[in-house]
Parts: sequence; C-alpha cells; structure tokens
Amino acid sequence: MKLRRDPFQAIADPTRRAILVLLVSQTMTAGAIAKNFDTSRPTISKHLQILTECELLEQEQKGRKIYYHLKPEKIKAIADFIEPFRKLWDDRFNKLESIMKNYQSTK
Amino acid sequence: MKQNTNVHAEEGKQELVITREFDLPLELLFKAYEEPEIIEQWMGTNVLKLENKKYGCWQFETTDDQGNVVFRANGVIHEFIRNQKITRTFEMENTMFPVQLEFLEFEKLTDNTSKLNMHIVFKSVEFRDQLLQLPFTQGINMAHNQLQAVASKLGEGNSSGK
Repeated sequence: MKLRRDPFQAIADPTRRAILVLLVSQTMTAGAIAKNFDTSRPTISKHLQILTECELLEQEQKGRKIYYHLKPEKIKAIADFIEPFRKLWDDRFNKLESIMKNYQSTK
Repeated sequence: MKQNTNVHAEEGKQELVITREFDLPLELLFKAYEEPEIIEQWMGTNVLKLENKKYGCWQFETTDDQGNVVFRANGVIHEFIRNQKITRTFEMENTMFPVQLEFLEFEKLTDNTSKLNMHIVFKSVEFRDQLLQLPFTQGINMAHNQLQAVASKLGEGNSSGK
C-alpha cells in the first residue's frame, strides 16, 4: 500500500513552500523548477514527489515532457485550516503595533 | 498590509509557534504585555488580574454587549523577565481544553524593530489541532469590532501606522 503523506508535513518545508509559490502562476517542468534552487536536481525531484503524493501538485504529460501544476482546492483546504487562527493573531498584533505607536507619540 | 504574523504548526507535534516582527522598539512591545490597560485594548478582553512576577497569576475575561461572559482564561506566570521573556500557563475556563504552556520570547532586532516568538505546548496533538479548528471567525469579528472602537477612541493621530 502506498504511504499517504500528510499535506501539512509537505508544507512544513521551506523549499516545498517555495516550489508551490513558483507554480502559482505557471506550469513548469522539474528541470525548470530546479533552476530556481541551489539544491541538487534529485533533491528537488524528491520534493516534487512528496508534493504530488500529497495531491498539492499534479503531473501533466505534454509530449515528452512532464509539467507540474498546482491543485488549488487542496491548497485552499490547508490555508483555510490554519488561516483563521493566524488572522486572529495578526489582527491582534496589528492593533498592538498601532496602539504602541500612538503610545510612543503621545508620551 | 504585509502578512508578518506566522503560525508554524508542524504535523504530529503537540506544539505551535507564532512569530511576529513589530515596527516597535523592544521596550514598547514588552510594555504591551505588561500594562493591563494596554492588553485590554489589543486583546479585546478585560484583565481581571495580572501579577507580573514569578508565581503570579493572571485572569482575562471577555463579555458581549449584554455583559455575558463569552470567554474567560487564567494561568500562572512562571518567569517574568522584562524585555526578555514571559513563561506562563494558559487555561480556558469551562472548556474541555487542558492547560497549555506558553513561552513568550521578546527580541530586539534594531532600535526601532523587535520580534515576538510565542511557543505554545499542548497536552496532545489532538488538542492542538482542535484549538486550531475552533470557529475563530466569529471571535475575530467580535474582537475586531471592539478593537475598532478602541482605535477610534485613541484617535487617528498616527495614521502612518500599518
């Protein structure tokens, strides 16, 4: 049985997050993706394999080349999971920042 | 507006880390955690008790417009080192959530910028994930409205802020 990986584990890695960002606006081959990183091609292939297993990416065969593209619905599910919590703290900290700026200027 | 609050919740770990960089000197950032009146403004909650010392305790309470208590939390402060760190427990009252342990570290970046690192340890992975899945959106809107009111009271004197 093929191991089902967890998408949250997949996005815990900064290189994999960077790959997802690269693919937001375009489809790319593994070679083109690898050119954006200092890490070796096999390492990038491994990251792509993990992202594909988590169904964050999908492979598409065009002629002899394989292109990768995002699966937005899965990415949205992840973002929705943690985003409200992040937003809660972001709002609080934005407020903290503006209150303390006022505090500083009226001191 | 830049998104500079990060939440790291690694899969399978009973902890999460919230980090944020502030356009504030370290001393002002820390003061926002030390002064009850200021905490009330940005947390949108009432500070019933806050003893900033080792083994001191704290208690926050949020009420709705009708005065009903919608949220109450308390804990004990284990370490309080000004401009460096606060270590404390956090427990929501009348919920199934067990107590959490929080490590807050305050760091100077430059004379005018600082960073907060908030490391929260939960009793189990399951409790952490359940906390993340709480329906925050409603709470956010409520807190946001309260904060709006505070902000307008303070006036728009410093609108250069983000």
